[in-house]
Amino acid sequence: MSLITATGLELRYGGQRVLQGVDMTIEPGEIVTIVGPNGSGKSTLLRVLVGALRPQKGRVDRRANLRIGYVPQKLQIDATLPMTVSRFLNLPARVSAVAEVTALQTAGVPHVADRQMSDLSGGQFQRVMLARAILGRPDLLMLDEATQGLDQPGSAAFYQQIEAVRRDLGCAVLMVSHELHVVMSASDRVICLNGHVCCEGTPEVVSAAPAYRELFGTGTGGALALYRHEHDHGHHHHEAAE
Amino acid sequence: MLDDFLVRAALAGVGVAVAAGLLGCFVVWRRMAYFGDATAHAAILGVALALLFDVSVFAGVGVVALGMALCIYGMSGRDEAVDTRLGVLAHSALALGLVAVTLVPGQRIDLDGYLFGDVLTVTRPDLAIIWSATAIVALVLWRHWSAMLTATLSADLAYAAGIDPRRQSLILTLLMAAVVAVAMKVVGALLITALLIIPAATARKYAQTPERMALLAVAIGALCAIAGLRIALVFDTPVGPTIICSAALTFLLSTIGEQLRRIGI
Repeated sequence: MSLITATGLELRYGGQRVLQGVDMTIEPGEIVTIVGPNGSGKSTLLRVLVGALRPQKGRVDRRANLRIGYVPQKLQIDATLPMTVSRFLNLPARVSAVAEVTALQTAGVPHVADRQMSDLSGGQFQRVMLARAILGRPDLLMLDEATQGLDQPGSAAFYQQIEAVRRDLGCAVLMVSHELHVVMSASDRVICLNGHVCCEGTPEVVSAAPAYRELFGTGTGGALALYRHEHDHGHHHHEAAE
Repeated sequence: MLDDFLVRAALAGVGVAVAAGLLGCFVVWRRMAYFGDATAHAAILGVALALLFDVSVFAGVGVVALGMALCIYGMSGRDEAVDTRLGVLAHSALALGLVAVTLVPGQRIDLDGYLFGDVLTVTRPDLAIIWSATAIVALVLWRHWSAMLTATLSADLAYAAGIDPRRQSLILTLLMAAVVAVAMKVVGALLITALLIIPAATARKYAQTPERMALLAVAIGALCAIAGLRIALVFDTPVGPTIICSAALTFLLSTIGEQLRRIGI
């Protein structure tokens, strides 16, 4: 049975139509990546699936007792809020010390439990976010541009960590990213979004589908060369709110 | 023991400081200082209404503070231009309150007592109300602590964990109205926000976790309440402002101490 199914999602932000007629499902254990240009509604879609936004039309069906681990796009912890890594991991529910240590190890940051969140590097911070997301042994891990602010080796290492986590936990992973070349190789399925689902399928299918060149351009160099194709695609609304 | 007006004053001060210290941490973390000011200023209107309709000042202030807090709650999150409308609302309520108080027939009202507090005239029933409010604030925060902290960190993290962050801010809004209603008597409408944020800001410098910061803010607030009361008696100064002055002094000293530590002295 699918973990989560979205049907006919439509969502507007102040008159701007951000999502329109979006259908998607996530099956247990698969890695799905949503790609799309800025303002294509990727983060919005993720937030609808998490339950942080309510669509004007359509519905989201979750499997009963679905456990979701969520890593949001960015988390700014106010400087006035003292927060150790350990305390952060115990929010909102207390976890055992063993679970805490294990999660930090799985996420690749075994020695930071007593540090202040504000003292962590960008990569460490994202790994702590990942550790917190996997503490509840989620069926579905959702990551929204989780490598923002990381350099390229840093983000490559982070995605490897995600694959390792998936192997360990057997959870499904839903990611949003603009780093096509890194992400697509690791995905079972890619959903190309631009307000609506332009195309979806295995990375090979998507890269061959007539929906790409217009969205991602041809000037991005070697990394994207793999995904170039010849068809034109009529989307020009790049400035919609994300 | 409660026959001594000084003991009653000290108990009232400590009670309000405990509630303000706990709630104040959230005010600081969520940057709600202006929210506190607006609610407190509107409270003067509550005083006027209470006198007009001859009901308890606590009730009048509580109702108006609640109305104001709910207005602000309703406005927040809808758009970004809230700041100006908040200012209009808060200061209109304050001005209206100041005018309305003078229109109350029959009695000359000591407005200073409501603006700056009047803790030396605290009665036994006042004490009961203050400590009940403190107990309610502490209990509600205790119950919702983790959910509120999560919602304070990030609304999306809260949603993902099945917590409704709007509900958490509504609860904080209600608690704010309760604290304003009882803090009026001790520090007055103009200085309530100071009692909320200064002990919390001082505690921040010494705390590693949110919980320790809250406990420390309570301790600092309570000590400042007692110290302020004593100093006010010695120098014959108004108690409410003197309490805030001692809080400000602890903040100043802790800031200097922090700077000295940083440069390694």
